[in-house]
Amino acid sequence: MDVLVDNLDLYLSAFGQTILLFLVAAVGSLVLGTVLAALRVSPVPILRSFGSAYVTVFRNTPLTLVLFFFAFAYPRLELVDLSFFARASVGLILYTAAFVCEVVRSGINTVPVGQAEASRALGFGFGQTLTQVVLPQAVRSVVPPLTSVQIALLKNTTIASGFSVFQAGGIYAVLSEQGDNVFIGLLWVSLGFLILVAPLTLLQRRLENRWSVAR
Amino acid sequence: MTTAGTPMIRMAAVDKHFGDLHVLRDINLDVESGQVVVVLGPSGSGKSTLCRTINRLEPIDSGTIQVDGTDLPAEGKALAGLRADVGMVFQSFNLFAHKTILENVTLGPIKVRKDSKADAEKNGLALLERVGIANQKDKYPAQLSGGQQQRAAIARALAMKPKVMLFDEPTSALDPEMVNEVLDVMTTLAKEGMTMLVVTHEMGFARRAAHRVVFMSDGEIVEDAKPEEFFSNPTSDRAKDFLGKILSH
Ligand SMILES: Nc1ncnc2c1ncn2[C@@H]1O[C@H](COP(=O)(O)OP(=O)(O)OP(=O)(O)O)[C@@H](O)[C@H]1O
Ligand SMILES: [Mg+2]
Repeated sequence: MDVLVDNLDLYLSAFGQTILLFLVAAVGSLVLGTVLAALRVSPVPILRSFGSAYVTVFRNTPLTLVLFFFAFAYPRLELVDLSFFARASVGLILYTAAFVCEVVRSGINTVPVGQAEASRALGFGFGQTLTQVVLPQAVRSVVPPLTSVQIALLKNTTIASGFSVFQAGGIYAVLSEQGDNVFIGLLWVSLGFLILVAPLTLLQRRLENRWSVAR
Repeated sequence: MTTAGTPMIRMAAVDKHFGDLHVLRDINLDVESGQVVVVLGPSGSGKSTLCRTINRLEPIDSGTIQVDGTDLPAEGKALAGLRADVGMVFQSFNLFAHKTILENVTLGPIKVRKDSKADAEKNGLALLERVGIANQKDKYPAQLSGGQQQRAAIARALAMKPKVMLFDEPTSALDPEMVNEVLDVMTTLAKEGMTMLVVTHEMGFARRAAHRVVFMSDGEIVEDAKPEEFFSNPTSDRAKDFLGKILSH
C-alpha cells in the first residue's frame, strides 16, 4: 500500500496519460478501421487492393517496430513536427486500425446479401447502403471481438513508454530509480489496468443486450 | 405522368448468361402502364433473373431495358434514381433487421427522397394501416410473422411512390395460412391500377388479378396470353406439362 500511497501523484498522472492515449487511439482506430473495411468491400478494385495491402502491412508488423518508427525515424523525415504523444497516438491508430478493419469486415460478411439488395432496390447508393444498412448490422454482430481489439489497444499503450510518453507502463522505471519495491509497484499497475478494462467489458455487455432484440 | 403508348417496362432482345448458363434468351416483353403481368415457369427457368434485370440488380449481356421510356442507366446516381421509382418485393422479405417496422418504411423516403421525417412517418403510418400492421410499427422485423413482414416489405416499397412494382415469389416463403393476407394486399394494389410484374405460383392470384400471364421455360418466354386463355388453352407442350404438374396438387 505504501508504494501506491507514496507515489499517488505518479500513478495518477501516468494512468491519466494512459487513459488519454487510449481514448484518442480508440476513436481514431475505430474510425480508420471502419473506413478501411469500407474500402475492402467497395466496388472499386484499386480501393480494395489498397485496403488489403494496408491490412497486410500493419497487421504483420510488430507494434514495437511501428512505434519505434514514429519515435526515431519519423522525425528524420522532417515532415510535420509532432509531439511524442501525437506520434504515439498515430502509431497506435495505424496499427490497431488494421485489426478493427478485419473485425468489421468479418461483421459485414455476416449481413445477409438480401439486406444490401433491398437497400439498393430502394435507391440507396453504395455509401448509403453501407452506412445505413450494412455497417450498423455488421458492428452489432462483432461487439465482442471489437472489444477485445480495444482491450489489446489499452494494454498496448504501455509500449509507448519507449517513446518518452510517460504513462502507466513507465511507472516501474521511476519506482526502481527511487529504490521502491518494484514488484509491489507493478501489482498496483496491473490492478489499475484491470480497473480500466472493467468499463469496456461493461460497455460490451450493455451493447450486446441492447442489440440482441433486433436480431 | 406517363405518355400514352410508352410501356412502363420494355425489354427488347435481352440476353444474359451466368458463365456457360444461358439464363435469359432473347427476351422481348412490354408491360403497359397499369397492367399486371404474372410470370410463371418451372424452377430455374429464369423468372427471378428476369425480374432482377429490370432494376439492374442483375446486369444484362445484350439488349435493352427501358423503364417508363428511359434506358436503364449504368451503375451510379442515375441508376439509384431509377431504382427509387421501381418497387421490389423479395421472397425473403429482406426488411432491415436493425430498424423498426416504421423505420423500415420511412428510411427510403427520408434518405433517398429527402422527405421530412414528419411527412415520411405520416405517409408510412398510413401505408402500414393500409396493409393492416399499423399496430406493429415499433417492433423489429424478427418479432413479426412472415405474412406481417411481407406486408411491411410491400409498404416499404410503396412508400417510395414507385411507378411499377416487381414481386419475386412474394408468398413462397410463407406458411400457407399467411399466403392470403399478402395476396389480398397485392390484389387491392392491382385493382388500384399499379403496374406490377409478379413472379408467383399462385394460380388464384393470376386468374383474379393478372391481365397477362407470361410463361417461361429455359430462359425463354414460351407463352404470353390472357390468364383464362393460358389456363384453359396452353399452346406449348412445356406449358401443358407445367400446368399439369402444378394443378394436380
Ligand atoms: N448469381 C448466380 N450465379 C450463377 N447462376 C445463377 C445465379 N442466379 C441464378 N443462377 C442460375 O440461373 C438459372 C435461373 O435462375 P432463376 O433464379 O432466375 O430461376 P427461377 O425461375 O427464379 O427459379 P425458382 O423458381 O427456383 O426461383 C438457374 O439455373 C440458377 O441456378
Ligand atoms: Mg426465383
